[in-house]
Order: sequence, then structure tokens, then C-alpha cells
Amino acid sequence: MSTLEFRDLWVRFGTGRSAFDAVRGINLIVPSGKVVGLVGESGSGKSTLARTAVGLNDPHHGQILLDGIDVAHAKGGTVRARQRIQMVFQDPYSCLDPRMSIGSSIMEALDVTERRKRRDETGYRPMNRAARTARVGELLAMVEMGPASSQAFPGTLSGGQRQRVALARALAAEPDVLLADEITSALDVSVQGTVLNLLLELQQRLSLTVLFISHNLAVVSRICDEIAVMNRGEIVEQGPGARVLEQPQDPYTQELIRAVPQIGVPLFGKEEIEL
Amino acid sequence: MVVVTVAFVIIRLIPGDPVRNALGIMASQDVVDARREALGLNLPLWEQYLRFWQGLLSGNLGDSFSLQMPVTEVIGQRLPATIELAVLSLIVMLAFAIPLGMAAAALTRGGRRRGLELGYTSVSGFIAVIPEFLIGVGLIYVFAVQFQLLPVAGRSGPDSYILPVLALSIGGIAGVSRIVRAEALSVLDQDYIRTARAKRMSSWRLYMRHALPNLLTSSLTIGGLVLGGLIAGTVLVETIFSWPGLGMTIVSSIKDKDFPLAQGIIMVYGFLVLLVTLVVDILLVMLDPRSALKEN
Amino acid sequence: MSTLPVPAGPGQSQVQRFAAVLRTPLGIATVAGVLVVAFVAAFGPALWSAQAAATDFSQLSAQPSPAHPFGTDAGGRDVMARVLTAAQLSVGMALVATALGVVGGVIIGFLPIILPRRIARFVVSATGIAIAFPALLLMMMFSIVVGTGVQGAVLAIGFAMMPAFGRLAQTMSSSISGRDFVLAARVLGVSRFRILARHILPNVAEPLTVNASLAAGGSLIAFSGLSFLGLGVQAPDFDWGRLLNEGLSKIYINPATALAPAGAVIFVGVVFTLLGETLSRGFGIEPLLGKRPRPLPRTAPGGQEVADDVDDATVLRVRGLRVAAPARSGWTHPVNNVSFEIRRGEIVGLVGESGSGKSLTCLAVAALLEHPLDVSADSVNFDGSELTQNGKVPGRIRSAALRTMLGTRLALVFQDPSTSLNPALRVGSQVAEIGRLHEGLSTKAAQARAIDRLAEVRINNPARRAKQYPHEFSGGMRQRAMIAMGLMGSPALIIADEPTTALDVTVQRGVLGQLKAVNREKNAAILLVSHDIAVVTGLCTRVLVMYRGSIVEDVDVNDLVAGRAKHPYTRALVDAVPTMTAEKGEPFTTIPEGTIFPTALVEETV
Repeated sequence: MSTLEFRDLWVRFGTGRSAFDAVRGINLIVPSGKVVGLVGESGSGKSTLARTAVGLNDPHHGQILLDGIDVAHAKGGTVRARQRIQMVFQDPYSCLDPRMSIGSSIMEALDVTERRKRRDETGYRPMNRAARTARVGELLAMVEMGPASSQAFPGTLSGGQRQRVALARALAAEPDVLLADEITSALDVSVQGTVLNLLLELQQRLSLTVLFISHNLAVVSRICDEIAVMNRGEIVEQGPGARVLEQPQDPYTQELIRAVPQIGVPLFGKEEIEL
Repeated sequence: MVVVTVAFVIIRLIPGDPVRNALGIMASQDVVDARREALGLNLPLWEQYLRFWQGLLSGNLGDSFSLQMPVTEVIGQRLPATIELAVLSLIVMLAFAIPLGMAAAALTRGGRRRGLELGYTSVSGFIAVIPEFLIGVGLIYVFAVQFQLLPVAGRSGPDSYILPVLALSIGGIAGVSRIVRAEALSVLDQDYIRTARAKRMSSWRLYMRHALPNLLTSSLTIGGLVLGGLIAGTVLVETIFSWPGLGMTIVSSIKDKDFPLAQGIIMVYGFLVLLVTLVVDILLVMLDPRSALKEN
Repeated sequence: MSTLPVPAGPGQSQVQRFAAVLRTPLGIATVAGVLVVAFVAAFGPALWSAQAAATDFSQLSAQPSPAHPFGTDAGGRDVMARVLTAAQLSVGMALVATALGVVGGVIIGFLPIILPRRIARFVVSATGIAIAFPALLLMMMFSIVVGTGVQGAVLAIGFAMMPAFGRLAQTMSSSISGRDFVLAARVLGVSRFRILARHILPNVAEPLTVNASLAAGGSLIAFSGLSFLGLGVQAPDFDWGRLLNEGLSKIYINPATALAPAGAVIFVGVVFTLLGETLSRGFGIEPLLGKRPRPLPRTAPGGQEVADDVDDATVLRVRGLRVAAPARSGWTHPVNNVSFEIRRGEIVGLVGESGSGKSLTCLAVAALLEHPLDVSADSVNFDGSELTQNGKVPGRIRSAALRTMLGTRLALVFQDPSTSLNPALRVGSQVAEIGRLHEGLSTKAAQARAIDRLAEVRINNPARRAKQYPHEFSGGMRQRAMIAMGLMGSPALIIADEPTTALDVTVQRGVLGQLKAVNREKNAAILLVSHDIAVVTGLCTRVLVMYRGSIVEDVDVNDLVAGRAKHPYTRALVDAVPTMTAEKGEPFTTIPEGTIFPTALVEETV
């Protein structure tokens, strides 16, 4: 259980005249054990924010606090601390190494984690090979994949199965915070539910702190305690999920909610169609 | 700057005494020493380097040991012949390779005409593998030995150009057309070609107006690389056909350890290559609508 | 070689694929060639060097004869023996130099991954400069430095090959480094070295090997060139290049002295190329051209002639549409016996998930599917004209009248706005093209109409925008431009295949609104394809549901929304769509993986 906080975070790409601020002064708290939804369209900066939190980008300014420790410009020990934040990516066809069996992919994550624990926890005795193999099986079972699947290669798995494996791999690192970056956007609707239900169940079981990034308001409304809306690098609105969706204050949020098609609701009434 | 330094360093690293080489084994040691002094070869290396730059900037590259002439003069005499050959070959190559590649792509895409595809890939693959000098040798054999149709040595009238240009370009036509075909196949697979087909235009218009412009950028890049390679290929072809260009000269200058000449020629080659690369880059930027230059 | 190989899919392991390749003519030729070359190179000197050195003064520069199949050279030595003996040196040098070039190049190529950013950038630029130098020049430069002779030549050519491989390795590794699984490894904390060894190298090894084999051919040729110039192997050693040099001057007397080594060089070069092609197919980089399944018969699938005329109120009538795709074990049918109708002015939705065949159906109906796909139907009747010929829908329409009709009465909007417009042509001229092709307009008139249409689809500053290129348009604007393109004629039907899937939801509303406006103002029917049921029910009056190649339900939108759909797949799909009205914490409805639904069309009770 950990709290993730972004404090006045700026992320800049490029230099000089062609510099571009993808994230502009974000202040956001993801409370311990809660699911916060981060909603926005393309170019809003939500993915950049997530990637900065796990160290794939460097912030230009500001802090990223994990339980009060700044992991923004991590070096040495802080890097290990940052590894308690893990991420699941959007594209199921690119998130797994096609040449490694899924058991090996998860084992790789496990090995790194064991090394980290040995350095951080005094007296920690790392698991031996047999124990690790058993743990891989455990993780696969947690995401509802059979133990035999450990030998399978990604090429034989469906999109939904691959995302589940990616989830298992992230969990191998024993994270306190999980960032889910559009993890079901590339999946068929009939399959999305499986992955999302799994995520919810694991979040509750392990008391994970989750930042759930999506452009799909319907999904976000069902699983998030709080919602933050991003537009062009800034958070324009945030608050309890129900409140943001039913009584949006910001005009962009209002436009966003209005534009979401809902099943059975005609998109354009009898009135003049606004283009 | 890099080119100049590299040329200077490389030449200096040649083992052996160039002066002795030029003057011959019989020359006495005094004469050799005197020559070395005159050429400034006894000065410390850095001073030689500085002098080299001085000479370069004032247009003086020193005198060739073996030919006893200013290097610039030698280069001036021989360079045009090489350039002629290279440019002509490039033009011939592109003029044949691009249409050939496009036609091959149009005819064999989607797995059509497997026989043609197989034939084309084998023949072009085979020809592309034959080095230019072998083609040159083959051409000499056919046209000069057997049939005595065309001149095979020296640079004289227009028909003396035919064989050397052919030798240089045949392999290139095969190789470049293969690349053009691959690019064309990928262009023809694009969504905008499907949009164009939905407009129900003639095939000719589809290929010329919609596909070809998208091939230009990659063709240009290939063209630039090929020209660079051509300039080098001329070395071999010139040797075979006794073409009075820089190619023949560089080989002999290396063998004779003629410092200034070899240096000078290498620099010229290097500059030419860089120039070609620069021109290609500029053309690419101009042609690609996505470049920043076009926005006003 | 920019695409990275996909490792063996289900049903075919690496070994199996290689075995299959080796059975093809290509594979057999390669194996034969490699064996010959290996044998001669390994045992050449042992078998023939004595003969190669034996001088026969009675036979100087003799013509080919039974004793000397390729004649003798100026020293009376048997040419064939010399060629065979030289094989070891030539092939050996080529292999060693290639190995040097590849290893060195790979190191240079991967260095930027491990090094700090600044140094890495320097290495990349240095490689870029080096690669601009033609290999021969580099070779000559290096040979000046390291001297002539075998060692010198090997080092020279080896070093000269490094920049090219370095650049290749760099390109490949940076493309892999961007893939999510590498990012995931970084986030997990896997060390850079391990990422290189475990993730990047294995994914790159195969294309590199293919390139190495092609490069070996190139280096053999380079060696010949170098020795031919006299800069490579020096006397008394001899390789094919030197033999060529000696032979050239004798070409008038005994051409075989030059042709024999020439033939050897070409032969080995070809073998290396074949090896590269074989490896490429074995690794799966290039597809293995299997046997084409037997051609489909020309009879229509339904077997029945559709003789009745189409009434005027129907704009599209499809009966018995089938799309066949060739696979290794015969034909597959991604679209299987599909029939439906669209009335004038109607907005019909086509819903399905990935693999349902909905996009192929649209393209088939629009006569845009070509070889190797095979499209057949009992009837495809659009705007009163029959598109099928002898039971098939052609990929290219021959009749000029039909082409004009399709070009002006049928409009198409595709899914990916970033690739549907030609990046090399201005938007205005692409929109105007229909006018010039089919409506007989002059360039100016067509351009004017195009600007007019761009304004109709609410693109601001249409005159200025028409002169711009697609990359200057946003995604939503590009889709509007596609609609404008369709409006150049007078469309009776617009087929929109997932037109807003790639757009933001706020932009989506605008584009869908545009479609609705066109429907209202021009009475153009719309076939809206989408996987998003909410979009479809928001705009359409009738919905077709596709599942695994068949239409399983044809239902009124009100019935669908009210839960009165009959087919189990339709019901399951509707249930699975998340709504904003559900309770927080309620689990999502799913369709368990592996569930198979019936594919028969459910009967609607009238």
C-alpha cells in the first residue's frame, strides 16, 4: 500500500524553439489502495505522465513522490525504490518478447526483483530456482492462465491472454503501484471484461494503488474511485468518480462526456446537427 | 576537414620510403636525402600537416613524385574523364532500373505471375552479383575479341564510351531495380493506393501519378549511394578499359607510393562523395512535402 | 530487411520451417552449391596444388585440351588446377573478412545502447560518415595503411565492411528498443547489458545472418577487385583476383585463363546469395511461397441465378457473397455466403469484432479486392447495375460506364486517416480528381468544385487548405476530406469502414455528424461499419451483426437496444458493452474465450 503523488510536474520534449511541454504543472495524488482514473484524448499527456513515473522520461521540473520519496530523477537506491511502480502497456502484440516463453519473461522479472530485495532488505535470502519456478506458476494462476502455459510463446496467445501475462510479469516485481496505460483499448469488447475484472480482483486482493489511464469513460466510471481529466498537459478537473461524471464543472469535461456515444442513445437529436 | 586529415594521416602511414621508391634503387643516398629535404619530409609531422593545409588553401597540393607535375594539374587532366563515366552510368542506370523495377512490382504483386517473379529475381540476382570488372572483361571478350565491333581501350569518340558505361551500369541496373521493386511493392500496399483505386482510374495513372512520387525519395537515396559507389567502381573499369581517368592514376600512385598524388586523389574522391551526399540530402528535403522548408 | 522476423507461429517450429525451405528448388540448389564450394575450398590445395605448380614448358598459353580443360597460362601451368587451388584462399579470405566486418560492425552498432548518451551519439554520427564512403575507397585507404598481401587485404576489407554492418545493427537495435517489451524490461529494472543480450541480440541475429551471407558474396568480389588491381594478394600467392589480372592480358590468346576464374567468382557469389535467400525464408523473414491451392470453380456459391430485378428503392443488394483467401492447406473463407440489402437513404450499421469479416465485405462489395483474394457472389447489384460477371466480382472493373458509375455514385471512407490520403499530393487535387476523371470537368472547374465540397464538410479556409498536403491536416479533417472526395459525384451510398475508430471521441462526434448531414441533405445511404455498438446504435436505423464471416442477425436498432435481439452472439455482445449507468464495482460482462456461437442467420419473425 503506497501513495503516489505528482507535484508540479513538467515534462518537456526538445529544446530551444522547438521545445514542447507535454505535461504542464500536474498536481495529482493517487491515494494508497485506491484506483484513480486518468482520462484524456490523444495529446493530453496522460501516457507521458505515466512513463515519467516509471523512469522512461525525465521530468523537466517537479517531483514524483512514492510514499514521500522523490523518485523523479532517480539514481542508485532510488531507482530500486522506483521499481515498486510497475506498468502494463497498451499493445498486446508488442509487450512480450516474441522469442521468450512467457515463463521466461516472468522469470526475468522475478530474478531482478529477487536481486533488489537482497540489496534492500537486510538478511533477505533469495529463492532458489525451484522456488522461483513455483512462483512463476503461482503468478500465472493469479491471472487465470494454466501452469502449462509457462512454456508457451506469445505467438500462440490471443490479445487478452497476452495482456494477462503482462500483468503477471508486472506483479512479479511486487509493486505497490500499478500504472495501467490503456491496457484494454486494443482488445475486442468481448475480451476486455476478462482483463478488467482480473485487474479489479487483483487490486483488491493485493491492495494495489492503481492509476488507470483510459479514454473510455464507461470503463473508467465502473472501476475508478476518483477521476482526473487531462487536456493538453494539464489536469482540468479531478474528484470522486461519480461527481466528475454527473456534475462536471470544467467545459472540456462536459464536452467529453457529451461526446461519448451510449448504446441506445441517438447521437444527434431532431435538432440541427452541430458539426 | 575530416576528409583532409584522414587523407593526410593515411598516406603518412604507408610503410617504406617514397622518395627512394621514386628515384629508384640506384640513386645514391645523398640524392635521396637531398630530395627528402626539398620535399620537407624531414620536418616534424605537425609541421608537415600545417604546410599541407597551407598548400591546400592556396590551391597547391604539391608535386607528384612519379609524374613530376603539380598534383592539381594531374587531377585536373584526369578528373573530367572519371566524372563523365560516372555520371553517364548513373543516368543510364536510373533510366532503366526505375521503370524496370516498377514494372516488375506492378506485374508480380500479390503473388501474381509466380513464374515471372522467379525469373526476374533469379536473373537480376545473378547479374547483380557479377562485379563490374568481370562484366567489363566479358564485354571486351565479346565485342572486341570475337566480333571486333567496339573500341576497348582509351577514350576517343562516342562509341568508346559504350562499353565502359555498360560495364559500370549493368550490375547496377539489376541491383537497383531489385530495390526499386521492393519499394514499389511496399508503396502499392499502402492505403492511399486503395483510395486511388476506389476512384477507378486507369492503371497508368495510378502508377505514374499516385505511386511514383512516393518512390522518388527512396530512389533518390539509392541514387546517391549508387553514385558514390560508382565513383569507386570507375577505378576498376578504368583499369580494364585503359580509360584515362583518376581511377587508373590512383592505383599506380599507391603502388608507387607517390604521396602527394595519392593524397590528392583520395581527397578529391572523398569530397565528391560528400558533395553527392549533400546534394541528395538537399534534394530529398526539397522533394518531401513534409519537410520544414516548404511551410510558409 | 527492415522488418524483423516473426518467430515460428503455432503449428510450425523453426526446424520445421527450415526443413520445408530445404525441400524447395531454392533450398536444394543452395545446399548443393554450398557443398561444392565447401569441398573445393577445404580440399582444393590438397588435391590440386601440385598440379597447379607444375609447369609444362611445352604448353605455354595453350588452348583448352583434354589434358588441360581450361588450357594453360603463360608459365605453362594448368589453369583449372590453379583456379581450384585458389578457391581456399579466395573463399577463406572472404569468410574471415566478413566475420571481422560483422563482429566489428555489431559491436559498433550496439555500443550506443550501453554507452552514455553523448558518446553514443558520436559513435552513431561517425558511422554515418564512414558509411558514405564507398567501400572500395575505404578498402584502398586501409590497404595503404596495413600494406598489401593477404593479411593486409583481409584487414582492409574487414574494416571497410564494419560501417555498413554497424549502421544495420544500429537501425535494428533502435527499432527493437522502442518496442514495449524492451520498455517493460527497463521499467522492471533489467540491466542494459542483459537487455542487449537477452532481448535485442536474439531478435536481431537472424536478419544479421542473412545480411552477413549476402555480404560474404560482396567481400569475395571485393577481394577479387583488390587483387585484380594488384593491391591485394601478392605473388607467389594467388587468388582468383590475381588469376583474373594475369588472364586479362591473355584474353586475346586464351580467353579461358580469364573466364575460368571469372566463372569461379560468379559461382561462389551466386551461392552466397542463394544462401542468404534460403536463410531468409527459413527464418521467416520472407514468406515461403507455397503452392497455390487449386483455383476455385467459376460457379456462384449459392448456385442459383438471381433473375429478379432490383426495385428502385434498393441501392445495394448483395446475395451469396463469398471471399476466399489462399492458405497453405487450401482456401479459407473469411466472408462466407453473406446476403443483405440497403435501401435508398437508409443508415445501416455493420457490427462485428476483429476477424468477423466486416471490412472484407465492404471492400468486396466495392469491387476493390484483388488477387490473391477471390470474390464470388450470386449477385451484387449497386444502383441498378450488376457488378458480378460469371459469378465473380472482379478486382478491376473493365467497363468504362461501370467505372464512372462506381466513381461517382459510391463513396468510401476508410479507417486510418493518416494513411488514406497520398502524402505526396496536395489534398485539393486528390479531392478534385473524381471530377476530372468521371465528370468531364476541366482542372480549374474540378478544383473549384473540390474547394466547394471542402467547405461543405466544414473545413475552414477551404481554398488555402486545398493547396496543403495531408500531413498538415488533423485526423478529423482528413476524414472530412475523404467525405468531401466522395461528394464530388452524387453518391447514392457511402461505405464508411470504421471511420472514427482512430479519432478522439470529441472529433468523432463531428465526423459522424457530417455523415448524418450528408445522409439528410443528399439522401445518400450509409453503411457504417464499426466494432463500437454504441456508435452504431446512435446513428443507424438497422444493424447487421457479423460473426466469423457470416451475418448472424439483421435487426432493427430499437429491438437491439431493447434487448430483443435473437442471436446469442448479438445478445452477448450487447451485454458486454460497458455503460456509464452501471454501478461502480460491478464486474464486467464478458464472453469467455473460446466460446463458439452458431453462424447461421437467425430468422426474424415478421
